[in-house]
Amino acid sequence: MGRHLLFNLIQVAVVLAFAPLVAGVLARLKEIVQSRRGPSVFQPYRDLRKLFHKDEVVSDRSSWIFRFTPYLVFVTPLLVTLLIPVLTDYPLFFAFMGDMLGGGFILALGGFFATLAAVDTGNPYGPVGASRTRMVGFLAEPVFMIVFFTVSFVAGSTIPYIVQQAWVTPLANFFAPSHVLLLLAFLMLILAEGGRIPVDNPTGHFELAMIDESKALEYSGRGMALMKWGGYMKLFVLMCIYLNVLVAPWGLAHEQTLAAVLLAIPLILFKIFCFLLVLVVIESSLAKLRLFRITEFLGAAFVSAVVAMISRLFAF
Amino acid sequence: MPMPPATSADWLLNLNALAGGAFLLVSFGLVALRQVQGCVRLYVLQSVLLATSALLLSALFQTWHLYAVGILDLATKAVLIPWMLRRALHDEIYVRREITQVFNIPTALLMALALAIAAYFLSRPMLAAVAHDAPVALNLPIGLAGLLLGGLTAVGRREAVPLLLGLLAMENSAFFAGIALAPELPLTAEVSVAFDVLVLVFVVAVLTRAVERRTGTTAVGALTTLREDPRG
Repeated sequence: MGRHLLFNLIQVAVVLAFAPLVAGVLARLKEIVQSRRGPSVFQPYRDLRKLFHKDEVVSDRSSWIFRFTPYLVFVTPLLVTLLIPVLTDYPLFFAFMGDMLGGGFILALGGFFATLAAVDTGNPYGPVGASRTRMVGFLAEPVFMIVFFTVSFVAGSTIPYIVQQAWVTPLANFFAPSHVLLLLAFLMLILAEGGRIPVDNPTGHFELAMIDESKALEYSGRGMALMKWGGYMKLFVLMCIYLNVLVAPWGLAHEQTLAAVLLAIPLILFKIFCFLLVLVVIESSLAKLRLFRITEFLGAAFVSAVVAMISRLFAF
Repeated sequence: MPMPPATSADWLLNLNALAGGAFLLVSFGLVALRQVQGCVRLYVLQSVLLATSALLLSALFQTWHLYAVGILDLATKAVLIPWMLRRALHDEIYVRREITQVFNIPTALLMALALAIAAYFLSRPMLAAVAHDAPVALNLPIGLAGLLLGGLTAVGRREAVPLLLGLLAMENSAFFAGIALAPELPLTAEVSVAFDVLVLVFVVAVLTRAVERRTGTTAVGALTTLREDPRG
């Protein structure tokens, strides 16, 4: 039991430590595709370090929500990390504290407070971004629900550790149409929730076009660092759920030894790197959608999720 | 928990199911996509998936009929039909974006979803009537859903080429159900259907050209009144 607790904490440490690296690698890969050199992959660490050393400016017109939000945005992905398989294929200490739906709610809590904080300051761009995020959010919500419920129905459980085995035993199940369509739907969700390119441009600095970025506009210093780090970790956690639960539950530690768990760290990083390659291809080959076309993008995700559901549940 | 190892029949069935799922998704794409050229590509993809399913089922049923169907399907629909459309219609029609549809895209997608779910329920009594082995249980509802979605495409489109593609998708879907239901269908029937489709495409393409020359548009959805005077 004590060992499981230790492994669980190692998972949290891994997410904490490597999330900025993943963001750095992604940025670097994008620059390489655009035949530029780009900053070092360790640039996000330097940014965070710099921001932590800077003074923080907080508007005296803002309420406690504004001050409280960065901590919440920082902590929520870590709480989700306790629930999901990052390194091991057996349930860890906190695994049964909450299921996938619970994880989704915890992530949504951080998003909810980030939205409130954006409205809180009175900055004109904050509420614009906040309302747009809510629009994307409420379009993404039904897709999330259908994906989770279909997955749980197939596995007979909503605990991610149990779900991950259902699609690969036997291996032929991997190519079941419902599985492939769910992967497609969830990939589109990650793009939408992570504010990636067809929905939002994460590197854009034009306030009127921002969706996700504009929520952090008013932050500086330590608050900004926590918001950024939280954002990196949210993407990392979403990718872990996608890769370890839905796509490729291989390469996770099976033995209950420290060595096996430590060995799983490079494997998950390798899987994430492969996924980043796919993400870079998507981001470099698509243009950002106009705001009112996002409905159609997420509509396509919804259709794909529902087709996955009916091809599994209504099959004769 | 020890599982029995997957046999090759399992693999064939699962890959066929995958082709079926993709087939259904492509049918949804035909309902919603704006670009005419993209629609043609989706139609080609749908035909390739139909051929894939035919080839997989031919391996499963051990029958060369379906093998011939798959090859025939690839030859006519993936090569000849796009080529004919390209030849018969000039670029201006071919690369056009369809600005208006009868329903807006989210509405069309929701209607398509309702139709697909309805198809699954409608196919239940049919499946109970025929011998329900696994490939039929998979292909029949997907074919039926594709049929309804093709109908929706034909109804909801205003541009001539996507409208034609909706009709062709209906034919594709009927075949998708048919290859599982009647794998031993005489080859003559399949050859005649393939030629029928070619003639259909040719006639509609010529007709579209005539309409375009007369009225300057291929948005056939806007042509609602009959003009008696043949000289226009």
